Amino acid sequence: MTQITHHIPDEILLAYAAGTLPHSHAVVVAAHVSMCDTCRAALSAHQAMGGAVLEESASETVSDALRARVFDKLDDTPPPEPAAPRRAGIYPGPVAALLGPDWQAPWKSLGFGVKQAILSEGGEGSLRLLYIPGGRAMPEHGHHGLEMTLVLQGSFSDDEGRFGPGDVEIGHDALEHMPVADPGPDCICLAATDAPLRFKSFVPRLLQPFFRI
Amino acid sequence: MKDDPDVPDETTQTPSLETEWMLAVRDQRDRAAFARLFDHFAPRLKGFAMRAGAGAAEAEDIVQDVMIKVWQRAHQFDPETAQVSGWIYRIARNQQIDRYRKDKRPEPEALMPEQDAVPDAGQVLALEQEAAGLREALARLKPAQREMVERAYLGELSHTEIQAETGLPLGTIKSRIRLALDKLRHELKDMRPS
Ligand SMILES: [Zn+2]
Repeated sequence: MTQITHHIPDEILLAYAAGTLPHSHAVVVAAHVSMCDTCRAALSAHQAMGGAVLEESASETVSDALRARVFDKLDDTPPPEPAAPRRAGIYPGPVAALLGPDWQAPWKSLGFGVKQAILSEGGEGSLRLLYIPGGRAMPEHGHHGLEMTLVLQGSFSDDEGRFGPGDVEIGHDALEHMPVADPGPDCICLAATDAPLRFKSFVPRLLQPFFRI
Repeated sequence: MKDDPDVPDETTQTPSLETEWMLAVRDQRDRAAFARLFDHFAPRLKGFAMRAGAGAAEAEDIVQDVMIKVWQRAHQFDPETAQVSGWIYRIARNQQIDRYRKDKRPEPEALMPEQDAVPDAGQVLALEQEAAGLREALARLKPAQREMVERAYLGELSHTEIQAETGLPLGTIKSRIRLALDKLRHELKDMRPS
């Protein structure tokens, strides 16, 4: 695997550890951590810090009834544990878990060879796969809050640099970026946004590589 | 019995009591050891839940769910990659998400621990020293800063609030986290699924 150079920032790892990230963004974090030992270690460190906060936090006396209830239940048969997510092809475990049993993404054509597959959409934000043929621009869309894009295959470039497999680009409200898939293998990305993604000027952006000034 | 024995300081050359209890639960299903873990963590978990807004009864329900998971998931505890309190913190946060949110928190792929490997005592101790270092770093913070760190790890701040929060001494704790990170990274290298 190529070297990962764009990682998950600390405030987002912390929010993941504390459980405050929207589900769609948490999937991107879990997928990147599955591919990146640096962020896996950083996440463990945040969990250790959470443990320190727990150790140092104020205690509340617990009732004897609670203690008795817990000990009564130790012999209960535990509920089946969900299977740990497994990687399938280019899809890290947490992404593969959202695809069907055959790991086929529900691709829908957006024209010009560009496809998207919506994995989840709703109150907490949306999560989709994007398929951009090499050399094409990514569809432009409105930015709302935090957007995270994880490359699964191929690569894209914009003014922030080049993003290859495993790299994550973080977009905030203000960021105006114009990603274009690099020539070579088609680019497949996982993208999480705060709100449903609205393509603004999809066709004009797609044509940009041809009309580049 | 709500008080607990002091956690040994970092000059100790044996694993902490918490780790010993947890390993006894994992390997021997030792109920006495589980009782010690319960007496140590249940009051803290209750305090944690109440700070996060739960009433006393609801907080006890949360403690119950977390402590039963500690018992049931003990086989997943690996002292080479996680310290007991950090592992329980993770379970507690997952429990919180299960309780209040529609979707479970997605988990990363699990690493494959080396089969039948004798735990590397040096690594376990190194991790515990880092955890002790984190607790000391937390204790040394100014009250306002400490409050912010607690709120962040309690899940009271969004990522944008964490990022914008100038009072949050992420830089201060980062240097400690980096130390823990280097040791963990070394350990994780050998555990990639092949
Ligand atoms: Zn990373």
